[in-house]
Amino acid sequence: MNDKTDPFDGRRWHDMGGDPAGPVPDADHDFALWEKRVDALMIICSSKGHFSVDGLRRVLEDMPPSSFDEMSYYERWIASIAQNLIEDGVFTAAELGQTMTDVKQRGATYGDAAHG
Amino acid sequence: MPHDHHDHLSPSGHPFRADDDVPLSYWQTMEIAVRELLIAKGVTTAREIASQIEAMDARSPANGAAVVARMWSDPAFCAQMRVDASAATREMGFDVGPMKLIAVENTADLHNVIVCTLCSCYPRNLLGLPPDWYKSRAYRSRTVREPRRVLAEFGVTLPDGVEIRVHDSTADMRYIVIPARPAGTENWSEDALAALVTRDSMIGTGLPKSPEGG
Amino acid sequence: MVERVRVRSDMPPGHIRTPAYLRGKTGLIERRLGPFPNPEQLAYRQPATPLALLRVRFTMAEIWGAAAETPTDTLEAEIYAHWLEPA
Repeated sequence: MNDKTDPFDGRRWHDMGGDPAGPVPDADHDFALWEKRVDALMIICSSKGHFSVDGLRRVLEDMPPSSFDEMSYYERWIASIAQNLIEDGVFTAAELGQTMTDVKQRGATYGDAAHG
Repeated sequence: MPHDHHDHLSPSGHPFRADDDVPLSYWQTMEIAVRELLIAKGVTTAREIASQIEAMDARSPANGAAVVARMWSDPAFCAQMRVDASAATREMGFDVGPMKLIAVENTADLHNVIVCTLCSCYPRNLLGLPPDWYKSRAYRSRTVREPRRVLAEFGVTLPDGVEIRVHDSTADMRYIVIPARPAGTENWSEDALAALVTRDSMIGTGLPKSPEGG
Repeated sequence: MVERVRVRSDMPPGHIRTPAYLRGKTGLIERRLGPFPNPEQLAYRQPATPLALLRVRFTMAEIWGAAAETPTDTLEAEIYAHWLEPA
């Protein structure tokens, strides 16, 4: 990020090469089923021409800087996938919202709401 | 080398995670809804999603290790990799898809390391999904500016006479580092050689295992 | 013949695959790739112009000046042709 005392010069948060940062975290985790499904949806939708990886990245980059620290990798991805599919006309925001409400009513955990 | 040594790895090469019977999140709800809408509208099927996940789980650093071991063993394959690494690895069954693969070879004078500063591009067909640290702010920010300090955090210290070359995956190429073949492995089989090749050695943040089993 | 190029120092908004830390920097063309469709158009669902993609090699001294960790270390990145000019 830019030093807060500098006026904005056009460089955005995702363009982070060269920024100072702390030690590289010794972090890794296996992916949860829902995360793998997000990844699979991206590959399927892009291979079928609904949007491109550049469309995915555009929406990720347009998110506020705080999203990088406050949302996990696949949380940001599903948000971007959903927006790209709305832009492509695959479904409307209203359809997505209604479906999400229906899903939520099925149960309190991912397993219950996803029916497995 | 703390990053490469996990005792228990899942089939996809990452540590197992705890069961996630945690409260349903907003974003998980969105994933379920998007998936169900895509199926309802005929864009995809549950079977297609499941087989995509199976294909993803089948990709692990073992793929890359097989490529490295073959490069160490087979001069004709090595030459083919230098001309067209995408085609050479595709013939081994590791399709890089619409991207192009470039193999960058370490020598006594040159050490390569891969990063993606703008997002987290990674040679998934050869290494599976990227580890979390590869996607971290620290790795993405610092590797292009102070690669020697970053490598030192991974336990890799190179003499001043060795040039470090950082590859920022900014566009349509994907990179794999071909580490230098360890001394003392003459006449080893490809399988035995592949067992020395760690994931991090193919990103450039590690070195192959020692043939003495050190 | 090795060709010297400079990365344009423009700062447009939007989806750009040229990292800011390389803008205005001079390097040598390592190899030519492509053509690939322009990601700056793909990102916005526009028909994309095929562009040459060039792998450019920079020295750390060129990128970071006196602050370089090891000035003779190098960095390579892929830059689309419209971001490069002769240097």
